[in-house]
Amino acid sequence: MNDQSNKWIGKRTVRPDGADKVTGRAAYAADATMPGMIWAKVLRSPHPHATIKSIDTSKAEALPGVKAVATAADFVDFPVDTPVPLGIQDMRWMSRNMLAKEKVLFHGHPIAAVAAINEEIAAEACALIEVEYDVLPFAIEIDDAIAKDAPILHDFMKFDGKPSNIAGTLEHTLGDVDAGFAEADVVIERSFTTKPVHQGYIETHACVVSVAPDNRTTIWSSSQGQFMVRAMTAYLTGIPQSNIKAIPAEIGGGFGGKTIVYLEPVATILSKKSGRPVKMVMTREEVMRATGPTSGSKSTVKIGAKKDGTIVAGQGTFYLQAGCLPGSPIRGAAGCAFAPYDIKNVHSFGYDVVSNRSKVAAYRAPGAPIGAFAVESVLDELAVELGMDPLKLRLKNAAKEGTKAAHGPTYPRIGYAETVEAALKSEHYNTPLTGKFQGRGVASGYWFNAGGESSAQVNITEDGNVVVTTGHPDIGGSRASIANITAELLGINYDQVSVQIGDTASIGYSNLTGGSRVLFASAMVVTESTEQVIEQLKGRAAKIWGIDPSQVVWEGGEARPMGEHSANFPSMSLEELAAKANATGGPIGAGSQSNTVGAEGGFATHVCDVEVDVDLGIVRVLRYTCFQDVGRAIHPSYVEGQLQGGVAQGIGWALNEEYIYNKKGQVDNPGFLDYRMPVCSDLPMLDCGIIEIPNPKHPQGVRGVGEVPLVPGPAAVRNAVHDALGIWIDDLPLSPPNVLAAIDANSSLQAAE
Amino acid sequence: MAKIHVSTTINGEPTEFLCDAADSMLDALRDTLGLTGSKEGCGTGDCGACSITLDGRLVCSCLMLAAEADGHEIETIEGMAAPDKLHPLQQKFLESAALQCGICTPGMLVAAKSLLERNPNPTETEVRFWLAGNLCRCTGYDKIVRAVMETAADMREAAR
Repeated sequence: MNDQSNKWIGKRTVRPDGADKVTGRAAYAADATMPGMIWAKVLRSPHPHATIKSIDTSKAEALPGVKAVATAADFVDFPVDTPVPLGIQDMRWMSRNMLAKEKVLFHGHPIAAVAAINEEIAAEACALIEVEYDVLPFAIEIDDAIAKDAPILHDFMKFDGKPSNIAGTLEHTLGDVDAGFAEADVVIERSFTTKPVHQGYIETHACVVSVAPDNRTTIWSSSQGQFMVRAMTAYLTGIPQSNIKAIPAEIGGGFGGKTIVYLEPVATILSKKSGRPVKMVMTREEVMRATGPTSGSKSTVKIGAKKDGTIVAGQGTFYLQAGCLPGSPIRGAAGCAFAPYDIKNVHSFGYDVVSNRSKVAAYRAPGAPIGAFAVESVLDELAVELGMDPLKLRLKNAAKEGTKAAHGPTYPRIGYAETVEAALKSEHYNTPLTGKFQGRGVASGYWFNAGGESSAQVNITEDGNVVVTTGHPDIGGSRASIANITAELLGINYDQVSVQIGDTASIGYSNLTGGSRVLFASAMVVTESTEQVIEQLKGRAAKIWGIDPSQVVWEGGEARPMGEHSANFPSMSLEELAAKANATGGPIGAGSQSNTVGAEGGFATHVCDVEVDVDLGIVRVLRYTCFQDVGRAIHPSYVEGQLQGGVAQGIGWALNEEYIYNKKGQVDNPGFLDYRMPVCSDLPMLDCGIIEIPNPKHPQGVRGVGEVPLVPGPAAVRNAVHDALGIWIDDLPLSPPNVLAAIDANSSLQAAE
Repeated sequence: MAKIHVSTTINGEPTEFLCDAADSMLDALRDTLGLTGSKEGCGTGDCGACSITLDGRLVCSCLMLAAEADGHEIETIEGMAAPDKLHPLQQKFLESAALQCGICTPGMLVAAKSLLERNPNPTETEVRFWLAGNLCRCTGYDKIVRAVMETAADMREAAR
């Protein structure tokens, strides 16, 4: 598509859902109510690890106002020895995460739920449930979980033939790393740790569920996929998918954390048992204690290079916390870590480690920031060792079209080198820092991006406007981008297009809003549908004019006769064709469903300036620029928004965010006061360098943009702190106590103060 | 326990409601009065998604008791726009993409309006510190801060 001729693609249109959101009208999950609705609360484990000997709910059931009680016994039983995969999840683990079965595995683990006429009575009834425990020793940190005498969470889990908390491994090998390191002039090896961090969506998990006596079920909830909610609820409750209508409420942030269920199946069973619609809303403390953060990690990375900067070998070992049940993102850590570079010899190994923490959930490029933190930190030290500019070192080794990546693909046309070149040429990178204890850091990052299943329906209304329905909850402005594309293809005004998110009964299966896939995949099916609609419109005009459809062209929102007929008939608008639709064959509309492929990976390079207050240990970000190949920016404002939001999360991960556990195995900071996400006064403006190397496998050139912006952040900040202080700090977060401790341990810096 | 009768004014409308002694103003707005534009992100006054004004003063409605509204004037996000016209801040937020998921947006707008009523010409630092009690996890605040500064400039221009 010719950029210059685009009327809507690339324009900063006003999002279709915007007016509802700035006036308080937009309906999020917790805003829903239903006639006769009751409320449910969850009883949670007071122990990080214990066998459940018995659960007695009789006193709770007897409390006036209580309408239903549910425990794991009310749900479909998935034995531990038979996998039940659904996407990347396993229903064996999902069911045990939702309600504990044989054991409680973390402090806050749900055990039972009560529905009552109000929240207070539901909470009071939860306290009346009597649970007999056999309390067990617990392990929180990776080193404790993999120690020889570690308490084993799951008897069925074996590693090297022995009971173990290592749930799985993943290995990528390319070439021969030993031979590679033998060629190296310089080898740097370092070990790192990162803490678990939460997605931090401001909207807590919530749902309202109504089950009729015939099992017809309506779910109103906030998630990153109404079809995921339907499927998981069906699996866990045994109600067939065709009987469940999952309605996607507006979602108040997800970042990966709402790609699984916590509440919906529980509310479904409680509604079924009570005969009443049931509402559940988590508190922030429940979100922090019992929903998935991303993994904490420990890793070791070794990189070898020739004197000229050519990297000859890279090796990484990544241990990731899965929480209490298997499934940490080792694929993201081990797979993405070396992906920006053309390295002949790579060995990357990941360990999935369970411990007595809440089960992890996806978080924006799951695992990739952990891998990048280690690799990008080692690269920075390598650049110092070689006396090379860190960006030039990256550019010299940049992956490009034809590079074979260790995790599998041979890259098509990619824009990684362009992100580094843009950073090198930028005003930001070329403006010297002048203040004391100021420093600049750079880092790059990669994310796979995803395609997968999407469905769309494009209908022409009787008055000649357009309704597009897709199946993906809109988190960051995807409706606006879809409207831009539809208006462009049809040659009509943006305001004529309305974009809806269908419920599971009104649109075909569509996979999660996740993996940076929504605009990539939905644009493909919307494009196919719109092209079919255009063919129909041409056919209708041909019928009216009595000519062959091949003699009609669609241009500028109108059907026009061509060739010998071009002067015979006046062109017909969408409105005119819609008015005549019934006479020419009936309603005009088309749908498309597809398992989309060709997403291709995304790359970014970040430049970060910091200033360190060496008395207080506070690191302030002074300036930040994110350079990213976005393929094609369909709506530049929301592309920038993804970049800026990801950068802010990366800064939070680097500087302050962490789960702090006390000696009893409990999270000590389960709220926004002590779990310190960046606030407005913590950040500067976040600059974006948007690079557009169109994805050759997409009709509009789209690449996923949402996740890559988080990947380089923690390393860029850490490298900037090194530049400011001359100290390599290898453990996140770079919070005031940790930075002060690093300064105190460094006598030369103390002397400089 | 008997309910407490509260007479108050919400968005200019005389309003009466019943509440329990322990109910927060946010509970009363959302569950009793159906004004769900104010959001609960934390319930502890840390996120600002429930921001309202009480007699013109910015407060977290989750930290205020519903009974305390008696005899006072409350403004919420629902009262910000005229029927046919958005407040300049709302319009600017839309045009400059200063929202993504939108859950923090009502509180952010109420807080920003409160700032501009006190300080029509805030510096970037003043905007950032005023809004430091309103968490946003989507935007990195960049477009929000710009939107508030630009609206302030527009409103100063319009007032000339």
